[in-house]
Amino acid sequence: MAEATKPQKVFSGQTLAQKLLARASGRDDVAPGDIVIIQVDLAMAHDSSGPRRWKPHLDALGATLWDPSRVVIVSDHYVPAVDTESAAILKLTRTFAKEQNVGHFFDMEGICHAILPQKGLLRPGIFVAGGDSHTPHAGAFGCYAAGFGATDMLGIVVTGQTWTLVPETIRVELTGSFGRHVSAKDVMLLLCRELGMDNAFKAIEYGGPGVTAMSMAERMVLSNMAAELGGEVGLIAADRVTLDHIRAHGGEASEADLAWQPDPDATYERILTINLSDLEPQIAAPHSPANSFPIGHAAGVPIDQAYIGACVGAKLEDLHMAAQILKGQRIAEGVRLLVAPASSQVTADAAADGTLSILLAAGATLLPSGCGACAGMGAGLLAAGETCISTTNRNFKGRMGHSEALVYLGSPYTVAASAIAGCVSDPRVHAADLAGAA
Amino acid sequence: MTGTAQTGRAFVFGDNIDTDLLAPGHLMKLSAEDLAQHCLEAIAPDFTKSIQPGDFVVAGKNFGLGSSREQAAVSLRLLGVGAVIAPSFARIFYRNALNLGLPALFCERADQIVEGDLLMVDPVLGKITNTTRGETLLCKPIPDHLMAMVRAGGLIAHLKTNAAHRDRA
Ligand code: SF4
Repeated sequence: MAEATKPQKVFSGQTLAQKLLARASGRDDVAPGDIVIIQVDLAMAHDSSGPRRWKPHLDALGATLWDPSRVVIVSDHYVPAVDTESAAILKLTRTFAKEQNVGHFFDMEGICHAILPQKGLLRPGIFVAGGDSHTPHAGAFGCYAAGFGATDMLGIVVTGQTWTLVPETIRVELTGSFGRHVSAKDVMLLLCRELGMDNAFKAIEYGGPGVTAMSMAERMVLSNMAAELGGEVGLIAADRVTLDHIRAHGGEASEADLAWQPDPDATYERILTINLSDLEPQIAAPHSPANSFPIGHAAGVPIDQAYIGACVGAKLEDLHMAAQILKGQRIAEGVRLLVAPASSQVTADAAADGTLSILLAAGATLLPSGCGACAGMGAGLLAAGETCISTTNRNFKGRMGHSEALVYLGSPYTVAASAIAGCVSDPRVHAADLAGAA
Repeated sequence: MTGTAQTGRAFVFGDNIDTDLLAPGHLMKLSAEDLAQHCLEAIAPDFTKSIQPGDFVVAGKNFGLGSSREQAAVSLRLLGVGAVIAPSFARIFYRNALNLGLPALFCERADQIVEGDLLMVDPVLGKITNTTRGETLLCKPIPDHLMAMVRAGGLIAHLKTNAAHRDRA
């Protein structure tokens, strides 16, 4: 009798976000709009958002970390110290990591989002809470990775728990294949314009043959810039490529991890299909990633600086793209090309495979691995009235230096081609010129 | 603050006010108090001089997009902003604001409010009375589990209360 009066459970297909949140909250299934309490698997923070903000409160609360083995601290925003304030922040971070026995501490090894996959710390299915807005980067590995502010992170590292609102999902389906000198960055600049940046409390899920064909480096660009769309996460279901990458970086992954897939009958708020074969290089003009258009509209805008950096745009593959364009070339007179590889491992790999010599021969200046000018904190800041083209993910007013500086966003191909031309340039035109000259 | 409305003036901004405008990256090394003095200076140089404790920031959609930097919300709090009212917020800013005890109110019709309007805002009831225009605007209520935290004065105060409970148990 009692059984019969129970409401019938209606099982409908679940998105990847729903499945991952059901796991993290210990429930069979969840629906968009549910508020769920999450058990966090991995908590990451950096020198700007982490220990310096937590320590006074931890001391006052007399609290310690819930599980130091699940905490990752990366010093990347203020590295290397350029003044006594940044030196003090880095010192505090080091001392904290030691005193609290932080399981994974990386000091000046690179940008946090590049470090997590490089150290094999990600695995499909897990919930990653990160004290940085680009934490969705890790969603390329099929984990639910969301960004949180410092106080939220304090709560997380003390209790191991947080809450979230189960999001509706926007599915982005990629078909076709990239033309020459077009890349994942161009997809994201297009999406910023198409979907806008106001998708708070939503999940972005990427899939389709275009994604399957991508390397992990390209997939990470899609996930990283889900943050620009305002999304909570940028999810890509794991496949062989994912597992191979994890294993190659010393991480743990099993065949069972491939089960983290969205159901074929999952309900999406919206499905957007992009044919990569039709995609042109895109550029975002100041002061918003959503202020984007095909590159032809901005070609010829003179630049003072070209910046290859950030979690999204300075992986080894990004340096390869730039080198393809810069090989045997020289940057334009009066233009500076700054390269800040995403990690010291990337610098070492680029040195070993010859990429670095191509960039340096073209006139590039090598900067330390870290957030640098992307965060407006390190080397490479802009003066009032200067124009920069950058592989970073955001070009908000004042982000990379003076509030009267102008920043354009493009792919590593586009930034490299622009450095040679001295103005915003279409990398395809550049390639055609070279072919003609040969 | 249950049921107690606060009164203040409206400072009105447009869509997509980002965290670099609220807390500029190149000044993030400053103390919270000093950083707050630069809040929104790139688009409203007089803002920090004119705002009085209890005044409100009213904005367009997607307020607080960008970085996770909590200083964006901290600055507004230190300047004494009573609440931020907007049709939509970026997710991390929204969480940060509530964690710090700064009410962030989703108000579809925030664009009805004009710079300088005198507002009476009840964050608990989600009700805005525009005294200047004789209008009442309703906001989406803050979920219960979050309101408990805002009432306690933010997440840290909430953690403290929980720790005290644990100690007694
Ligand atoms: S490189 Fe830029 S976008 Fe990436 S974590 Fe650092 S500051 Fe943020």
